[in-house]
Amino acid sequence: MSAIEETVTEAAAVEAVPKKAMTLGYGTSLAVLVLLIAVPLLVKNFIIFQLTMLLIYAVAVLALNILTGGSGQFSLGQSAFYAVGAYTSAILMEHGGINYALTLPVAGVICFGFGFLFGQPALRLSGVYLALATFALATAMPQLLKLGAFEYWTGGVQGLVVTKPDAPFGLPMSQDMWLYYFTLAISLAIYIFSVNLLRSRSGRAFMAIRDNEIAASAMGIDVALYKTLAFGVSAGITGVAGGLGAIAVQFVAPDSYTIALAISLFLGMVVGGVGWLPGSIVGSAFIIFVPNIAEGISKGLSGAVFGVLLFLVIFLVPHGARQGAIVVQHLIGKLRGN
Amino acid sequence: MPAIHLRLGAFSAALAVLAVTSSGALAQKKYDIGATDTEIKIGNIMPYSGPASAYGVIGKTEDAYFRKINAEGGINGRKINFISYDDGYSPPKTVEQARKLVESDEVLFIFNPLGTPPNSAIQKYMNSKKVPQLFVATGATKWNDPKEFPWTMGWQPNYQSESRIYAKYILKNKPDAKIAILYQNDDYGKDYVKGLKDGLGAKAASMIIAEESYETTQPTIDSSIVKLKSTGADVFFNVTTPKFAAQAIKKMAEIEWKPLHFLNNVSSSIGSVIKPAGFENSQDIISSNYLKDTSDPQWKNDAGMMAFDAFLTKYFPEGNRIDASVMYGYTVAQGLVHVLKACGNNLSRENIMKQAASINGLELGGLLPGIKVQTSATDFAPISQLQLEKFKGEKWELFGEIISGDVGG
Repeated sequence: MSAIEETVTEAAAVEAVPKKAMTLGYGTSLAVLVLLIAVPLLVKNFIIFQLTMLLIYAVAVLALNILTGGSGQFSLGQSAFYAVGAYTSAILMEHGGINYALTLPVAGVICFGFGFLFGQPALRLSGVYLALATFALATAMPQLLKLGAFEYWTGGVQGLVVTKPDAPFGLPMSQDMWLYYFTLAISLAIYIFSVNLLRSRSGRAFMAIRDNEIAASAMGIDVALYKTLAFGVSAGITGVAGGLGAIAVQFVAPDSYTIALAISLFLGMVVGGVGWLPGSIVGSAFIIFVPNIAEGISKGLSGAVFGVLLFLVIFLVPHGARQGAIVVQHLIGKLRGN
Repeated sequence: MPAIHLRLGAFSAALAVLAVTSSGALAQKKYDIGATDTEIKIGNIMPYSGPASAYGVIGKTEDAYFRKINAEGGINGRKINFISYDDGYSPPKTVEQARKLVESDEVLFIFNPLGTPPNSAIQKYMNSKKVPQLFVATGATKWNDPKEFPWTMGWQPNYQSESRIYAKYILKNKPDAKIAILYQNDDYGKDYVKGLKDGLGAKAASMIIAEESYETTQPTIDSSIVKLKSTGADVFFNVTTPKFAAQAIKKMAEIEWKPLHFLNNVSSSIGSVIKPAGFENSQDIISSNYLKDTSDPQWKNDAGMMAFDAFLTKYFPEGNRIDASVMYGYTVAQGLVHVLKACGNNLSRENIMKQAASINGLELGGLLPGIKVQTSATDFAPISQLQLEKFKGEKWELFGEIISGDVGG
């Protein structure tokens, strides 16, 4: 390896996160879960819808976190996987008449395949070069969705309208509330799966590759396989999030999945803390609510206000929500010590 | 018991108010969420950020116009509370903002949300909630569909009907034309091309000899112009947004390509297209319009234009006068004020749609003379008339009759 290549990979390397620090303690997890279950009972449908979007983006951020925080690969192309997932669900529901819940695994599998295949050429690239390659994917996707050849299926630039599901078994809850709990159940399953994945053999392999590729291959890890696998898993989870997003928003169109979405997800990951899975939900909250706050402060300068807020976050807590959590943990420890 | 006293007091006060207001037989008041005796709450969604942010000025103009209305006493004594949110032209964000407006801010209706994809995203929601999605700011054809979507109504002439008017002109005046098309690769560009092809009918395949598309991210379209010239076309249909339109006109003069040039009205502004491209390069271009061009000297002493200028000076001095979007926002806001006045004291959502669907021959200061706003229970396309114009000297010369190009949704 030449000196130049070495510095590039070094510069892009992600700070190692110990395995245990990747999750929350049981007590805290339970408290968060109870909160997530209870809040919708108290608020308006519109807030429930926002919370649903919060969970959906949290899943997408989590997927990127597995890729970047786990295996140390960068991706600015998550919006493309999200779009494929969304369109898969929308097309199956509207053209195939398939139940919404069944479209999600299909979206996941298709995106897994798509991500795995994309991971093959991406193997040769690392660091910023990989980020650029995935960036290309994200910019290409909206235009591909507009192609005349697929227009019958995708609805072209006009997009596809998706029907929102009612609560099953005659449950007395609104569509929004049902969709929220449905999304919560799926997010929870994905979170548990991801935590276990990173604790498993494969997860250790991801992290070994992240920390030092050469050492990992010396230990007998099939670097190529695990790198593409990480891409596949990440894309698959993003696809499920995309499918859920399509159902919640009730509409898919190429303009929904531009590079801006990929950058938002990336932003969410950094704000939440790279490699810290619970941070995904904090990151997701940041990308959903902070633009609204910025708009509330100044309509004309909302972009600039958002930039300032982002800058403050990066400056004050460069390791994102994880850093905040550690500070809180120390404080609680001190209080207990007294 | 003080509580009962209080209620009795309130009751008698209410009776007194009732007695005063019911003196006229038609003064019965009816409100839906978002309307009261003193206020009408109106929602709006605009791309203040993102790729289409240039259109954000429409929302700002509307806001300024409603400030003027409020300063002059409001509508039937009610002030307009105009709440406008940014969606960055991203449909999922539009859905979020529309729900926020309807469910959290509790607006009476949403007025003039911008863009075809954002409006498509909320159309089903608005109609299932039975909240008017009034005068949408897009030129797509599908908004005129009162049967399927009785709560959604368009505003401006749609792109397809405009290009049908050009097709008619070509078939009549140049039946053996060889047509080259340059269009933006999105819904707007494709709609125009479809309209032209539909208008030419069976002859479209033989008449159109070249089609080139471009992306908004391209820095220049010079190479497309050179390529189209080389096909030997003698008619050029220019479906581009202002920046690219000016480039095209300049490049055509540079390489001395002089076909019969049709320019879509999106880019017919003298101030932002023709002048930068050069008057000498723009002679004899044909376009069409329904609004008065603010940079056209022929309207200098026109009453409607003077009212517009007075409004700009007093309420929107930061507005760029030559930006066609400012005139657009001004006119559509006037259209809304007309509807709300017609509603009288019945500010139910149903009555708003009813009044919006019974505009009869309304003339507004910003519309070309003779062009009228017209709707009915089966016609949800308020403005569907256009007039052809040819660029001569330093202004547009209107010619021919006012043409209605209705295309059903």
